[in-house]
Amino acid sequence: MREATRALKFKNNSLALDTTDLKILEALQEDAKQTYTAIGKRLGIAHSTVYDRIKRMEQYGIIRKYTTVIDAEKAGAKNITAIMTIYTDPKESEKVAEKLCKAPEVLEVYTSLSEELQIIAKVVAENQESLHEFIANLVAPLPGVLRIRTSIVTKKFKETQFSIGNDQKKLTFIRETHNKMGENKP
Amino acid sequence: MKEESISRILRTLPREKAFYFFTSIGNYTGESAASLKEFMGKISEANLKSLEFHLYRGDFEKWIAETLEDGELATEIGNLRSQNYSGTVLKEHLYNILTKHYEKLISKF
Repeated sequence: MREATRALKFKNNSLALDTTDLKILEALQEDAKQTYTAIGKRLGIAHSTVYDRIKRMEQYGIIRKYTTVIDAEKAGAKNITAIMTIYTDPKESEKVAEKLCKAPEVLEVYTSLSEELQIIAKVVAENQESLHEFIANLVAPLPGVLRIRTSIVTKKFKETQFSIGNDQKKLTFIRETHNKMGENKP
Repeated sequence: MKEESISRILRTLPREKAFYFFTSIGNYTGESAASLKEFMGKISEANLKSLEFHLYRGDFEKWIAETLEDGELATEIGNLRSQNYSGTVLKEHLYNILTKHYEKLISKF
């Protein structure tokens, strides 16, 4: 009973992922251009199983999209990246965050609660002047914005997305849970 | 200067056209001014770093000329830039220019 409750933690929109699903996700995160056959061969399962599992994870929104990670610098883009911390009136913060999401300059938006309610956003701009123009003309005037702190990124040490394969604890835990429940036979 | 022009300079602007005070690129202080009168008040209380930042970037001149549409005041503030003032001396000069100009406009209105 306890195991069954714990397994529910891994349900996402009513779809419980097993070790095979996680391994497929891991393979896709490494290289989304791989064929179903290649993934199946690697995991020792039929390509039709890989196909079914992927389609199911797409339907449930676990796989949101397939995209290309580009090196903007090598592509010739000379952009600057900045992290904005926007202190807001709590009543207006949702609206401020929603407005920011609509701006193409804004790549990521988060809310955070420390002493005050903050919105943290990652922004790109062509140069410092266009960054300032964007913040002064489009962010500062938004109702509920109390003040803004901006840090321009000078050097990037790491940038990656969450990888299911990096979450070894979760993989091990799921494997153990499914083995105990008799759902994952080697 | 015509009464119509003075009235235009002294109007209160919509929020999106206000002047927003920053201390450096992207660092907004939370202070803004939506009219010449309010701008004058904010200048007297503003962070000195903010005044230096905007004056030497030409932001004050630009907003006064393009948004308030007061070319005469914009030129006066532009001239202040060549004096290389900083800190409280800059604040005093800026505030004096603004108050004199504001009083002149009010007297003609």
